[in-house]
Amino acid sequence: MIGPVAGTFLGIHAAYWNEAVLKLVLGFALALTGAGTFVYVYLFKMVSHLQSRLGPMEAGPHGSLQLFAEVLKFLQKEDVFPAKADRLVFGAAPFVVIMSTLLIYVVIPVGPRGVASNLDIGILYALAVSSISVIGVLMAGWASANKYSLMGGLRAAGQLIAYELPLVLAVVGVVMQAGSLNLQRIVAGQANFKLFGFQGLGLYAIPQFVGFLIFLIAAQAELTQTPFDMPIAESELVAGYMTEYTGLRFLVFFIGEFATAFALAALGAVLFLGGWWLPGMGAHWGSAAWSREVVGTAVLFAKVMLLGFVIFWVRFTLPRFREDQLQKFAWKFLIPLALANILVTGIAKVVASA
Amino acid sequence: MTATESQQRAYIAGQAAEARVNFALETEGMTLNVGPQHPATHGTLRIVVRLDGEQVVWADPIPGYMHRGYEKLCEVRDYAQVTTLINRIDWLGSFCNEVPFVLAAEELMGIEAPPRAQYIRTVLFEMGRIANLTLFLGDMAAQVGALTPVFYAFRDREYVLNLIESVTGGRFHPNFDRIGGLKDDLPKGWIDETTQVMRRIGEFCDEIDDLLIGNRIFEERCRGIGVVPRDVALEYGLSGANARASGIDWDLRRDEDSPLAWNHADWKVWTHPDGDSFARYWVRQQEVREASKIVGQLLDDLPSGPIRAKTPARIRIPRGETWMHAENPLGEMGYYVVSDGSPGGPFRCKIRTPSFSNVSIVPWLLRGVYVPDVITILASLYFILGDIDR
Repeated sequence: MIGPVAGTFLGIHAAYWNEAVLKLVLGFALALTGAGTFVYVYLFKMVSHLQSRLGPMEAGPHGSLQLFAEVLKFLQKEDVFPAKADRLVFGAAPFVVIMSTLLIYVVIPVGPRGVASNLDIGILYALAVSSISVIGVLMAGWASANKYSLMGGLRAAGQLIAYELPLVLAVVGVVMQAGSLNLQRIVAGQANFKLFGFQGLGLYAIPQFVGFLIFLIAAQAELTQTPFDMPIAESELVAGYMTEYTGLRFLVFFIGEFATAFALAALGAVLFLGGWWLPGMGAHWGSAAWSREVVGTAVLFAKVMLLGFVIFWVRFTLPRFREDQLQKFAWKFLIPLALANILVTGIAKVVASA
Repeated sequence: MTATESQQRAYIAGQAAEARVNFALETEGMTLNVGPQHPATHGTLRIVVRLDGEQVVWADPIPGYMHRGYEKLCEVRDYAQVTTLINRIDWLGSFCNEVPFVLAAEELMGIEAPPRAQYIRTVLFEMGRIANLTLFLGDMAAQVGALTPVFYAFRDREYVLNLIESVTGGRFHPNFDRIGGLKDDLPKGWIDETTQVMRRIGEFCDEIDDLLIGNRIFEERCRGIGVVPRDVALEYGLSGANARASGIDWDLRRDEDSPLAWNHADWKVWTHPDGDSFARYWVRQQEVREASKIVGQLLDDLPSGPIRAKTPARIRIPRGETWMHAENPLGEMGYYVVSDGSPGGPFRCKIRTPSFSNVSIVPWLLRGVYVPDVITILASLYFILGDIDR
């Protein structure tokens, strides 16, 4: 039975451990709920209705329990290791990928105080840990001893590195405008931001709309979703680096994919849509602190769902780029555009402060 | 990029790939087995691809995993049973397989089906074409990564299949043609329903226009990819939309004097000068539109009368041989039927299927392209495995 710790442990005060365990549990719950919500609402239902079909309807009302059925199905399956696979690397790869995802949740603020760790370099940290997944993907591609997996892994590595840059550069504009890398400060910056003298519409998506678009495109590529799903292109590479995975390990990859989608959508919401702050509400809104936390979480969730809708809408509408085309798109179009955006932001900031 | 430029580029890429094979500093390439079980081959076609990085050095298609020996099986069945068999050659537009064979048998017997039967045959033939090509329009999208058009294609194809079923009793394998006519007349209310569905198919083509044609990513994936110049298309014996997409204005429905009713409708043969994957897609889309037009027009002035000519109770084909071909959804399909006058089935039945020739160009076409383009090219050539290995 795990309960609150009293006294000290490893020389550190009990309060720290209690808080750490609480944050860990809540973080896991947030990541799994987010991934599950995206899978059910978007992958199962929204897309089905877009494609004039129903999607899962049998398990629970409107198929709402299908998610649990799927998880149970995956848990029952045999954990197959290919004969020539590098067992250690093959086994570890999915956990590396999901670790990188879960670490992003550490800095996402869901309310005025609702953040696991209010790092000063929050956004830098989030983007840094999100790149760890490349290593997991490469590990999976190499260790599977499968040519399709290898090609998928290499494509993924090239793509994730190429789109990491526009993602970071798009965020730089926001960071310059807010004057901080701290995500809470960025939210506060949007709440206090005056656009042509009007306070209340201060979402960075409006002054930074170029950055917002670049962020959305690059996030789509980071998630390896259509039109950037060359690494897992199911019509040519079967399933790319995930080809040889079954059962629990595939499930971990799958959860990782959608938890990353949720995390990146949350980052987008925090950076560009005002995070947990509700536009139109002044700084004096709400009396009790806990109500602000709850409402803030709900507001952030709504914004994340909005971005998730866009991500999945694009995913199921467009065809996919070829590998060389998407590299060209990143290096020749997105990165110069992002640099120009930084330049313009800098000039505007100097002009505005002068 | 003009068509000639892209053709030149395809030639150069192919030659470059060939020249590199013996290059002294060549790193060891990778041999990739695409198939026999692979999502891109929709069936069991195996393509051995030699890769240098992601570039194809050479490719070799290996058919035969689904060979069912239909030519031999035709010899041990009588004429009525053969139609059941040949329904399974191109299983997406089954009715189109029956027609040339039945026409060949009729020609050997020296009879001709009444006009109403010929009209209904043409209508069902074109509906088979729609059922076949709408699936292609969705499937090609899936191969280049867009998932939604597949579901739209399956949804609208279902209406056509339902109509075929309500006439023939079989969704996929109608087996409706008889020597001298058809099994039954059209059911009541079918014509009105069909007119509506054909309008719906036109709307489906518009949806495809919105979703894919003009979509920048789709055009970049397809334009200039897998260019088949006109002379090469002729050398490899391409037929159907693959030939027309290379600028060859050739359609058996218009060019041959067929007993079927195509010359009673006002329609157009579309060609495209480019010869690339996009041209093949575009030509097939126009063919679906034209087919829905043909169906509507023929149903408007459907002649009355019997649907079956007088034939003896026991079909007996006199000694003789004939070649009958038609413009099937996939290309030119033909039957060379030899009868020795015995009461059984044909003495010899040679089946010419379009996909077999269309796939033969794959080694030429795949040299020097990238792996993703392999999938685009295979999808745009559009073969059906039952049609390659019959």
